[in-house]
Amino acid sequence: MNAPVHGSTAFDRPAHVGRGMSRPNAKRLLAGKGNYVTDLALPRMLHAAFVRSPHAHARIGAIDVEAARAAPGVRLVATGEDIAKLCTPWTGTLDHFKGMKSAPQLPLPVDKVVWSGQAVVAVVADSRAEAEDAAELVMIDYEELPVLADLDTALAPDAPKVTEDFADNLCFRSALDSGGVDAVFASAAHVVEADFLFGRHTGVPLEPRAIIADYDASEHRLTVHHATQTPFQFQDLYSRHYGIPEARVRVVAPDVGGSFGVKLHVYNEDMAVVGLSILCRRPVKFVADRLEAFVSDIHARDHRVHARAAVAADGTLLAMDVEDETGIGAFSTYPRTSVVEGNQVIRLIGAPYRLEGYRAGLKVVFQNKVQTSQYRAVGHPIACAVTEHLVDEAARVTGLDPLEIRAKNVIPDTAYPCASLSGYKFEKLSHEACLTKLRALMDYERLRTEQAELRARGILRGIGIATFVEITNPTPAFYGIGGARISAQDGAVLAVTPSGEVRCQISVTEQGQGTETIVGQVIADHLGVPRDIIRVMTGDTAVTPHGGATWACRGAGIGGETALQAARKLKTNVLSLAAGILQAKPADLDLVNAEVVDRDGTVRMSLAEVARIAYFRSDTLPDGAEAQLTVAHHFAPKGYPFAFTNGIHGCHVEVDAETGLVKILKHFVVEDCGRIINPLLVEEQVRGGVVQGLGAAFFEECLYDQGGQLTNGSLADYLVPMSCEMPDILIDHVETPTLDTELGAKGCGEAGTAAASAAALNAVNDALGPLGARLTQVPMTPARILKALGRF
Amino acid sequence: MSASPMSDFLPVTLTVNGTAVSRMVAPRTTLADFVRTDLQLTGTHTGCEMGACGACLVLMNGEPVHSCLVFAIQADGAAIETVEGLTERGAIEDLQRAFHERNALQCGFCTPGMLVTGHAILEKGGLPDREHIRDALSGNYCRCTGYEAIVDAIERALREREGCA
Repeated sequence: MNAPVHGSTAFDRPAHVGRGMSRPNAKRLLAGKGNYVTDLALPRMLHAAFVRSPHAHARIGAIDVEAARAAPGVRLVATGEDIAKLCTPWTGTLDHFKGMKSAPQLPLPVDKVVWSGQAVVAVVADSRAEAEDAAELVMIDYEELPVLADLDTALAPDAPKVTEDFADNLCFRSALDSGGVDAVFASAAHVVEADFLFGRHTGVPLEPRAIIADYDASEHRLTVHHATQTPFQFQDLYSRHYGIPEARVRVVAPDVGGSFGVKLHVYNEDMAVVGLSILCRRPVKFVADRLEAFVSDIHARDHRVHARAAVAADGTLLAMDVEDETGIGAFSTYPRTSVVEGNQVIRLIGAPYRLEGYRAGLKVVFQNKVQTSQYRAVGHPIACAVTEHLVDEAARVTGLDPLEIRAKNVIPDTAYPCASLSGYKFEKLSHEACLTKLRALMDYERLRTEQAELRARGILRGIGIATFVEITNPTPAFYGIGGARISAQDGAVLAVTPSGEVRCQISVTEQGQGTETIVGQVIADHLGVPRDIIRVMTGDTAVTPHGGATWACRGAGIGGETALQAARKLKTNVLSLAAGILQAKPADLDLVNAEVVDRDGTVRMSLAEVARIAYFRSDTLPDGAEAQLTVAHHFAPKGYPFAFTNGIHGCHVEVDAETGLVKILKHFVVEDCGRIINPLLVEEQVRGGVVQGLGAAFFEECLYDQGGQLTNGSLADYLVPMSCEMPDILIDHVETPTLDTELGAKGCGEAGTAAASAAALNAVNDALGPLGARLTQVPMTPARILKALGRF
Repeated sequence: MSASPMSDFLPVTLTVNGTAVSRMVAPRTTLADFVRTDLQLTGTHTGCEMGACGACLVLMNGEPVHSCLVFAIQADGAAIETVEGLTERGAIEDLQRAFHERNALQCGFCTPGMLVTGHAILEKGGLPDREHIRDALSGNYCRCTGYEAIVDAIERALREREGCA
């Protein structure tokens, strides 16, 4: 296994895997010729707008749509009852989360609203403006109900219920216990502890959610142009919930303007739009405006954690004991649920370290807010911040340097394979190698010296360190085992075209990460052709085989391996055919740079010539020669349930104790994503991820009042990181390929987000520590920093 | 884009990417909707519709403006240039090449706005340092790249134009 990718045959060739190559498909986007759903217009297309609930919790009374129906340009006004006749309800639970519960959902509600901003009535008109005008004319009576807007209200014994049928507001509970934890704490030299708050935030892809449903009654056929990461998942869902045979449902995901996990969940409006198209017999488009995105896109995080760690006198970490409470929405999100984040929080805490004992409890709590679910680095930033803050506290009470205490406690690079006390099985991680590289990358000692010098002059600089473990490339153990029809495998159809070019139709999808680029690089090497004759196509259920597509950092590891194995298969077919034509043995031939060559490198014939004969002169082929220049191949990850990756972040900040403002001076990452297919793209994934993590650390928070109203639902009020606030980010790599695949690639999309906020939290606390201030809440706004300093 | 009675429409005449355009528009139609829907120039994007994110930036008489904050009728008599126009006349070829080679875009949705701001920085000339480039880009949100590659690409294009690459 794991043969070297470079020069994987006896012949020299230019290696594509491992080279930083820019993305062929980016040129179109740079020319303003992107093909986003937002930009798409179909003949006779109508536009939908939604009447949204002004209340966070209310019973729906009479709905008067007559004035709206009579408004100019209006073609349809549909209520929850109208769509419920077409669409079966869904429930966001999975079997492997024992005991979890959630109420069934419909595209539009029929009895009550459970969050402010929930879509209630749909209006379809010739233009979006007319649909919005008419939506204002819809009159809905509401009977307000008590609002559960925070964890304590929802968890109170006498709390009203978000769902009346349920005994409580708990969606899910879970617990982990390695045993012996109390004894370890009782005998430990030190116990450090903290209460943490992680604010709600959201993905804010710059292209809001966009969908066009186009139902053709004549063939009972549905085409959905959908800005999503996961077209196959939606093909399955639209088929089953609307009763249209799967083969008659096509989902096309063209260019997608950012996603980050936001665009793989079922949204009420998106499901409704399918029904609207069925009712109108015309294409119907819905693009969320930014306020609609803030009140209906999934949010993430919203965790309250109490955690403590037992520490020996010499700084050895002994045990951790944590309680995580997380507020989701009124429903668990479909089909991936809203409990995965909490589950990953309690399983990832402490994961980089050797521990003797670990105990964790999780409560996932309903409340009257929009649903939370999987967003980039699901659970990782919380687990990482909790762990790494406690490690810094352990360093403080034992007098160790933050890098030293981590070097002392991480699982040694020689100790693999091994498992965490929470049950994760690690094939091979590289914490020690990453620590060593980070020390050099940061010039750590110089930063510490400089910090001391500046402190003497009243300048408060801080250095924060955070190690992390990241979950990538999940097997069916992630969703399939729980009953979700979410594929863990991917498929590709790979062909040599009549001109001798190569076409790859693969089920992993592209949202700008460079999926199509790396798939092309892998094929170039393993088929033996130049990158520029390969066309990679993604994002259309009518074009590619069924597959999981893009989430949980699976594009490179699973999609890349799918492409590798497909390329091998096609190469075998090409050489077999060429051998028949040339009267040679396949084993004596190779394909290099799109030429069939001998063992000594002599060119025998071009791939184009093989293709010409195969497609147009099969009459000249010898008997028994198989001209199979198209192959289909599927690959499902096996072996370890996840390909865990790891890395470490360093954050360097300067805090102004007068204003509470933080200047992020520099951020450092050493990451190990296994085999690097394209370092340029890996580094840009990491940088983008870091900035989303720094957004969570300093700026981003969905703020609600006690009535459950989101109070900052615009891009002027909800702060996303701007270029002037962000630092340059230095990156280095350790490469530990997984042996579960030949390619050896794991994932890198979450690595930046996983630990950036933890490193930033530690850096701010490092700066403020001498002043006796300590923060355990993100985002670290200026007001919270001043409050921690006792100045506000 | 509204189908109100034609009497509610107003005439607008302007130049878009060098071509004279005359249309009847609803007064509430923004310049962003006008170029995207009426003229099918969909390179200009709307990300917030309140002038915060910069995805809708176009040049109006040579100056970057948020086309989501300008009504189409306010552009009467103006010269508008979008990313398509800048591309076709080769005005940002070096900037686009620098973006491509540095991978200064991922999903690409913000990119037309970034290019308009980048073009304005390049037109101003000189060699602003990275901090100044970061400041100048702060009206453009990008959720994918973390900005560093964009700063790098603009810095490189500046150096090339100043002949010190």
